[in-house]
Amino acid sequence: MPLNPPANFRVNGKACRYSGDARRSLLDFLRDDMGLYGTKKGCDHGQCGACTVIVDGSRVNSCLTLAVMQDGCEVTTIEGLGSPEALSVLQRAFVTHDGFQCGYCTPGQICSATAMIEELAQGWPSHVSADLNNPVPSDDELRERMSGNLCRCGAYPNILAAIRDAMEAAR
Amino acid sequence: MFGTYDIPDQRNLLDRTRQGLIGAPLERPESGLKVCGVAPYAAEHHPPNCAEGVLVTATIPQGRVIALHKDEVLAMPGVLGVFADKRMLRRPAQGTAGKAPVQDVRAVEYHGQPIALVVAETFEQATHAAKALRVEYEASATVPLDPEGLETEPGRKPVVLGDLDQAMAEAAHSVDLTFTTEGHASAAMEPHASVAEWQGDDLTLWGSFQMISHNVKELADSLRIAPRHVRIRSAYVGGGFGSKLGISHDAVAAAIAARELGRPVRVVLSRQQVFDTITRRSETGQRLRLALDAGGYLAGIGHEAWVSNLPDEPFAEPVTQATEFLYSGENRKLAVNLARISRVTSGSVRAPGEAVGMQVLEAAMDELAEKAGFDPIELRKRNLPSSQPGKDRPYSSRMLIEALDQGARAFGWQDRKPRPCMTREGEWWLGMGVASAARVNMLRPAAARVRLEPDGSLRVQSDQTDIGTGSYAILGQIAGEMLGVPIARVTVELGDSSLPSGAGSGGSFGASSTGSAVFRACEAIRDKLAHRLGVPIEALELRDGMAIASGREVAVIELLRGEAMEEIGRIKPGKTDKDYAQASYGAFFCEVAVNAFTAETRLRRMLGAFGFGRVLNARTARSQCLGGMVWGIGSALTEELGFDLRDGQMTNHDLAGYHVPCHADIPALEVILLEERDAPASPIQAKGVGELAICGAAAAVANAIYNACGVRMHDFPMTPARLLPKLPDPF
Repeated sequence: MPLNPPANFRVNGKACRYSGDARRSLLDFLRDDMGLYGTKKGCDHGQCGACTVIVDGSRVNSCLTLAVMQDGCEVTTIEGLGSPEALSVLQRAFVTHDGFQCGYCTPGQICSATAMIEELAQGWPSHVSADLNNPVPSDDELRERMSGNLCRCGAYPNILAAIRDAMEAAR
Repeated sequence: MFGTYDIPDQRNLLDRTRQGLIGAPLERPESGLKVCGVAPYAAEHHPPNCAEGVLVTATIPQGRVIALHKDEVLAMPGVLGVFADKRMLRRPAQGTAGKAPVQDVRAVEYHGQPIALVVAETFEQATHAAKALRVEYEASATVPLDPEGLETEPGRKPVVLGDLDQAMAEAAHSVDLTFTTEGHASAAMEPHASVAEWQGDDLTLWGSFQMISHNVKELADSLRIAPRHVRIRSAYVGGGFGSKLGISHDAVAAAIAARELGRPVRVVLSRQQVFDTITRRSETGQRLRLALDAGGYLAGIGHEAWVSNLPDEPFAEPVTQATEFLYSGENRKLAVNLARISRVTSGSVRAPGEAVGMQVLEAAMDELAEKAGFDPIELRKRNLPSSQPGKDRPYSSRMLIEALDQGARAFGWQDRKPRPCMTREGEWWLGMGVASAARVNMLRPAAARVRLEPDGSLRVQSDQTDIGTGSYAILGQIAGEMLGVPIARVTVELGDSSLPSGAGSGGSFGASSTGSAVFRACEAIRDKLAHRLGVPIEALELRDGMAIASGREVAVIELLRGEAMEEIGRIKPGKTDKDYAQASYGAFFCEVAVNAFTAETRLRRMLGAFGFGRVLNARTARSQCLGGMVWGIGSALTEELGFDLRDGQMTNHDLAGYHVPCHADIPALEVILLEERDAPASPIQAKGVGELAICGAAAAVANAIYNACGVRMHDFPMTPARLLPKLPDPF
């Protein structure tokens, strides 16, 4: 395959450059080129949300975008949110509420929820938003907003509790 | 044999120890790693110079591969090899097989079966080449694609007692109902993956497995090498649900290619390949006959099931498993009939048997209760036998009545309307349903090593896996509790075949079996400590690193005299396994809303009360129950494998087409853990919990749908398409 003009972007604040195979997804780049295996591959088709990362503040399925497309972007992965020694508020809440079992969907759930909380703060609507001025969305609205992240272990009630906790801690 | 469990351990030792760990809702020790994404799963071991393998799958249902145009793809950039070895797997191994499954990918037995592996320098190159590989087939059509109406063979030893036909004829009230359930996929979030690396004749395989000691044998046998040359590492597993009980295509293909190429090879199944090639739960047809006498007692139970699998495959979904022991009724006919078809292998998917058997039995019980004018809870309670029908053996313990009563109180069951269509909220009919939960309990052979270090810290080691179940947490809690070590000083190492063989994760037996092995290792260490202290073992108390007995208090590290104390504990099922009917029990309550115009069913709330022996960790046990209920909701409303009957192709082989529940499908769920001690089940008085909370859950939903809108659904999942034609006039 012909090489492409390099994409220069930042991952977790660190400058990086990609000029390899244009077919490489951002997901595979993060995992195999950067060694950031916290971003998980569950379906490679944008169906499960396990690969969710934050690109320029928005939730993105990293399997549905290419590494070469990230030129100028700021990418944040689960490793950029916290470490076992310094958990983010949401990571801590996931531990407290047992918001996972096998742990494979977990980084995606946490990246997704981190960005979702920011979306709510900025007044982004969802199709079930009852009131865009209400700072405290209903459980059903949170569930709707998180429905792009599947959890086969069925930790949903605990994940919701963790998100609630983190949102309340932030208020 | 050594370690056989023959006499129920009534000492309840874990109630007398004083560390305060057992049952406590402790956080998982690996949780920090998981929430930060630094717990390494199989595909995340990426040794230097690792090549990438992608499987090629069959586009015909049956036949032979007569040509693979390897040369064309070997000329493509980065391609290193194309493998179609006769050792490669046609089918994955069944749970506990311990030997090679059906091999040789030159023949095709079902649509989507692996037929070759393409290996290249990068994943993109391998994917491209795998798609480009031209394959020529000689198609055949000897095995049918559709199970409907086929001749069957017995899939399980039938139970025939008394005369069911006569009981039905003489019954005061009876039901004779036919149900169907569609096939299910495990759909663990982590796809099956293997990274194979050889050093000389020794293979190390990082994989995603549930039962390591069996997997080593399966892999070694498939490769025709001795098990001592195979090491499997599987410290973190992204869900299993039965799909990783046995080895699958990726492991053998990666090992063969790595050997041939002289470098490590990674093979990760695509999500579609996981659906197409890994075990499914069989679809079922089920006939339920229940005969009730004038006094409200069951005189007869008939439960006959029709399931399917590939030719010669030994597994048949054990649909009637719980019906054999749950309710009374001396006239019985229970049978599983197995048809042979060309469709991806049937095998264990979370709670094989009860997951689909209980959901049908419990729906039929609801219909019988209504017909006979009984409250559905009362009908169940009055039909619990004192010993297992036909086997005359007692129950080890059974918390079903407590689960029904406590669950009913907590849920507010008294508010249920006695008849359908009595509660309407806008477009929605509301209704409540109840069902029993039951799942057989198993103890499996297990070993574990416990090592008390000279500094008083504790190490627990086993090849037991943690597939999200909580093994890391509970095994550390058992050891810390037994030896008086604070949890922060306990380390648990799992999922490595170089460690003693645990039971593995499957059939809900991991915690009680491997937990009992840890318990026994600790007992041996306690004996030694008591001996060194010069006190009888009964007098010894261990707490916070101190040994306390007869008014003396000595630091355990002093008793250790600078040396570690290490023991391997073992357990095997023995007489208690045969002498008692062992199962975990519970009850489900749920409230649904059924849209009167669209037939969409939404769960409003759900509660489960469960008794499964000693609770080892209230936090992880609760999570297991939540997960089970979520599976039950999926089985009730959305999950169904589809197959094109013209060519056998699975029509919904990914997470867009196969609908596992998502956040929006799951309402507030409540779990009540009922403490009990089941000594015949295990020396730690614990039973299995991992599957219990599925077993009957979908029936509670079906019964609630009836209570809401008056429609009895006999075909699962209860999708709007199935329910809509039966709905009453919405106005």
